[in-house]
Amino acid sequence: MGSDGIQKLTMPKWGLSMTHGKVIEWLVPEGAEILAGTEVIEVETEKITGAVEAQFDGTLRRHVVSAGQDVPIGGLLAITADLSVSDEQIDRFVEDFLPGSATDESAPAELVSEYAEVEGRRIRYLKQGQGGRPAVLIHGFAGSLDNWLFNHAPLAKQRSVYALDLPGHGQSSKDVGEGSLEMLIGTLHDWLQVLELPPVHLVGHSLGGAVALGMALQYPDRVLSCTLIASAALGPEIDVDYIEGVVEAHRRKQLKPWLERLFADPKRVTRQLVDDLLKFKRLDGVREALGRIAENFIVNGVQAVIFRSQLDQLRPPTQVIWGGQDQIIPPSHAVGLPDLVVVEKLEDCGHMLQMEAAREVNQLVLSFLEKAD
Amino acid sequence: MARRLSFQQAINEALDQEMARDENVILIGEDVAGGQGTEGDMDAWGGVLGVTKGLYAKYGDRVMDTPISESAFIGAAIGAATAGLRPVVELMFNDFLGVCFDQIFNQAAKFRYMFGGKVETPVVIRTMIGSGFRAAAQHSQSLYSIFTHIPGLKCVVPATPYDAKGLLIEAIRDNDPVVFFEHKKLYPLEGEVPEELYTVPFGEAEIVREGEDVTIITLAEMVHESLKAAELLAQDGVECEVIDLRTTSPLDQETLLDSVAVTGRVVVVDEANPRCSMATDISALIAQHAFGALKAPIQMVTAPHTPVPFADNLEDLYKPNAENIVSAVRKVLEYQSWEATASKN
Repeated sequence: MGSDGIQKLTMPKWGLSMTHGKVIEWLVPEGAEILAGTEVIEVETEKITGAVEAQFDGTLRRHVVSAGQDVPIGGLLAITADLSVSDEQIDRFVEDFLPGSATDESAPAELVSEYAEVEGRRIRYLKQGQGGRPAVLIHGFAGSLDNWLFNHAPLAKQRSVYALDLPGHGQSSKDVGEGSLEMLIGTLHDWLQVLELPPVHLVGHSLGGAVALGMALQYPDRVLSCTLIASAALGPEIDVDYIEGVVEAHRRKQLKPWLERLFADPKRVTRQLVDDLLKFKRLDGVREALGRIAENFIVNGVQAVIFRSQLDQLRPPTQVIWGGQDQIIPPSHAVGLPDLVVVEKLEDCGHMLQMEAAREVNQLVLSFLEKAD
Repeated sequence: MARRLSFQQAINEALDQEMARDENVILIGEDVAGGQGTEGDMDAWGGVLGVTKGLYAKYGDRVMDTPISESAFIGAAIGAATAGLRPVVELMFNDFLGVCFDQIFNQAAKFRYMFGGKVETPVVIRTMIGSGFRAAAQHSQSLYSIFTHIPGLKCVVPATPYDAKGLLIEAIRDNDPVVFFEHKKLYPLEGEVPEELYTVPFGEAEIVREGEDVTIITLAEMVHESLKAAELLAQDGVECEVIDLRTTSPLDQETLLDSVAVTGRVVVVDEANPRCSMATDISALIAQHAFGALKAPIQMVTAPHTPVPFADNLEDLYKPNAENIVSAVRKVLEYQSWEATASKN
């Protein structure tokens, strides 16, 4: 909260490496009434473009920055205030504002990932938020905890939220043994034990959805709820070319077209996004790890593990979210699920909908977790 | 990947991790231990600028000091490579190439070819390049174009700590002779470097900045001068694409030509002397394969055709800088064809 009814909107920190963002355009004009959650300004980072949402209801009184400007994280973007606040008061507030200073309680904290030893493997994770019933975010095939950069902080306002790198992924150990789904589920289970976490909400994307679902079926007492985003293991079809393409590609030009398949709008794929995956893929052991997991996961051109028939017995409440334009796993896998499963479809999104429609996905997850708490 | 290392530390880590992984990897060269036979780390220099510091204490006799006899120890390393080891041999300054050129270009580079593919020579020759170090004419040259000329040699010229580690590991694991050029002014440069082992493939240029107005093609320390120039030009709305070659042999022709097809304007920046250089080579290649795309003559920003001067002020003048690059970019932007000029008159 600001002083004298003045609320500020500052540059968020999306992901571990973000230091600044470039203003693309204002989505809301000065003088407009906005609600918390309204997308106010579009910002481009090295990795991806996203929209910054208002934190409070009110009148958008001042655009502090303009298109093309580079703003450090925590830097002032806009002022929201009642009409009773004078322009002079706003001028003074803008002049006095120093990011990270006493006047700025919202400066994002420095994010540092941690490591846990789990059955001989080093597992990297990132925790944001405090208290509440914890949630765990599980990325998909060839992903990492960075895939949640638009979701992690917004989901962590009311509770502690963890995101981890699965074995073979991100900065976790590249040893995946046989590469089975069982191993991934076992590692998640053991990691929760090592961290001594109480039962958790699971949010899984794609392969991470299969891991969450497997965990909920095997260890229902450890799981409060399941949110499955464009999840694997709900039907046989999957874009095998994509999986093989990502495993084999080792040059930028080979990799980029595959990444473009992840989004309804291929322009979402920036150089940095390709670069990050390329740097990951160049690490010793990654090709083998991804190859092993893919072999286990896809047999004869279809998904080898399908939990659909077991959803009837699933105890934790479950929500399925799918993008209507998903090219990797067809949205038809969200159809015909048991009545107890909540199904949400975001028509204009591709496979990476937690990035492409971060706001909608965050709202769906937040309200579902609240109900399931 | 938040950990930062200097260019020098990245090279040291690549050597360390590869020596730990594969006992066939050995180091040979003048002062690479920098005190062989001493008690260990405290007394051992670890190379003339400390790049191999700490490796003698860790790997003992696998780090070998040699007499000042490049023809002998470069030859020994090449021989050891054909016999199954993976030596990383240091030719301290590439300026000393002359005394061991036969070993490199007539032996190492030719073995696979001369012996019908039955012999592999997995040797890496690490060597320092670059001016700006106040080290005078015999310790400051950038001679990668001479090595690039020789079929059978692979030539690597990294510009960042990340690439230095990944390309050096790739070089050590490669089964052909690789010459690895380290610009001595880059040693303190810091950047993000993963702790894990990784390889950066040869023959893939890096687009270090994207732009659609002018293509700047460059390598080694000049990558950073080119980026500075691109920043300055961006303030006037000129967007330069800056391409770091990373390896001069193999050369990633495709990335260069793709970029030129978009921009039609090219500046090649090379700190080496201008004749028979990477700058002339790249220019010829573009003129030959992308003539139709060019909107202006290719500009080269290079050192003059002189030895590297010792006097500070002259050395500073000798070396291309961001200002020279900005002028060259303006020249290709402002160029008007003779038809356009003629029609005005």
